[in-house]
Amino acid sequence: MIHAVNLTKQFGPVTAVDRVSLDVADGEVFGFLGPNGAGKTTTVRMLASLISRTSGSAEVAGCELGKESDELRLRSRIGVLPENVGLYEATSAYQNLEYFGRLHRVEAGTLRANIERLLRMMDLWERRDAPVATFSKGMKQKVALARTLVHDPILLFLDEPTANLDPEAAKMVRDVILELKKERRTIFLNTHQLDEAQRICDRVGILRTRLITIGSPDALRTGLSGVRTVVRLDRASESVAQALRDRLHVPVEIDGDRLIVSVRDPDRQNPEIVEAVVAAGGRIREMSQLSASLEDAYLKIVRDAEASS
Amino acid sequence: MRLSQAWLIARHDIGIFRTKRGILAGLVALPLGVSVGFPALIVYILDQHGSADAGSYLPGLIDAFGFWFVIGAAMLPTAIAAYGIVGEKVERSLEPLLSTPSTDSEILLGKVLAAFVPTMIAIWAGSVLYQVLVDAVTRSALGYLYYPNLEIVLLVFVLAPLAALYAIEFSIVVSARVTDVRSGQQYSGIIFLPLIFLYIAGEIGYNLDPTVLAYIALVFVAVVVGLFAVSRKTFHREEILTRWK
Repeated sequence: MIHAVNLTKQFGPVTAVDRVSLDVADGEVFGFLGPNGAGKTTTVRMLASLISRTSGSAEVAGCELGKESDELRLRSRIGVLPENVGLYEATSAYQNLEYFGRLHRVEAGTLRANIERLLRMMDLWERRDAPVATFSKGMKQKVALARTLVHDPILLFLDEPTANLDPEAAKMVRDVILELKKERRTIFLNTHQLDEAQRICDRVGILRTRLITIGSPDALRTGLSGVRTVVRLDRASESVAQALRDRLHVPVEIDGDRLIVSVRDPDRQNPEIVEAVVAAGGRIREMSQLSASLEDAYLKIVRDAEASS
Repeated sequence: MRLSQAWLIARHDIGIFRTKRGILAGLVALPLGVSVGFPALIVYILDQHGSADAGSYLPGLIDAFGFWFVIGAAMLPTAIAAYGIVGEKVERSLEPLLSTPSTDSEILLGKVLAAFVPTMIAIWAGSVLYQVLVDAVTRSALGYLYYPNLEIVLLVFVLAPLAALYAIEFSIVVSARVTDVRSGQQYSGIIFLPLIFLYIAGEIGYNLDPTVLAYIALVFVAVVVGLFAVSRKTFHREEILTRWK
């Protein structure tokens, strides 16, 4: 759905996005993480053909970026939710969606059906004729999300969809995004919410002008510190720890009554841990898996990138 | 460029302006004030000076008053254009609009039409009323119907549309540099100065005959073309998203 190669954007002497290459598959939810000013919004704007690129190339939703004849076709195939909802406050939710549907040249009957389906999905059908100015922030964000979907785009760019929302409103919006994921929509999600990225995204990329890393949230988390299996025993002894080291050839630490075993493949290695502990005379009370959070991984990756630059 | 797309944007904006009382009041009050106020003033002048030598001073006076339709055509759209562009900027609705499959030219034309069409309807309606009332109050003094004549045709069908376009394009250029509607309107106030000078010239006896009006129209065309180039450059998708404050 998206294939970008060395996408670069410069504003005068400032490089906002530096040689970003990435691929997003059909039906994938791709999270774009990065600190403020990292170039996330600029990347989205380039991919949505809202601003030009300085160099590099990209194909988005079957359209070549920068090719004038493809620009309108591209914008009719994608939906962009900017960071600021940008609704017409004096008009109703229905009128907002109707206007954008008509700008996208959606046929009248289809447009009516789409608006009703989307407003019902967002739980706003009963409020369809009320001016948007009377809506809460969360409701406005849902109207904006519906506006992004009104022409049934094949690719969605969502820029910080839950930023500045209270937890309840953020959850409402997140639930809608999860619904869209179930529908197998391709979503490019810019977010600061690492918990959100972990729950929603199939893969994430971390940007700091350059794309620092890319992978599944689990791969990033485990890539940071590996996966650790924690075994709580009646009494953790050095002999049991040594037996594990000899059998699995992995680092083992003793922490009180717990053994912390670094593993690469928990599904394969955990049964072996049990066998080795029991064979060494240990009595297992509890086993659990310990891994770094995506936030830990993100902070480490960004700090390492800062240090190296 | 698809005119239907531009007209869709214009119709939407006009629909929003209809909810703004200030804009509606301006569209009605100014043309009505000119078309009723000046004939009333003529009645007063005739009452004070008598109609014996009305033929010597009335035509110049009526032509000068008629120039107010040109001034009005420049005044009215500045408020609408300010709402249409700065208002969208304040509500941050320009980015979603720019994300639709509409070209910059279609959006720009839509914004221009949204300010131009209501303005010209108000100006033309006001000028018809003005001509009827002026004829009604001056016929006996002049001994003939003063309107319609070539001067008013040039004023309302050539100069007034040019003045409206001049004001709208200027407002678009100003809109890129201001962050609220009121500032947009205030900066746009500068554009009335040349028109006010022309009006005063008419009042103090400089004859705004068809030849002079044609020359003024030519100057306006040059200014409108120049401003179009500037506003087209200002109203550019990338410029709006990355440079507009």
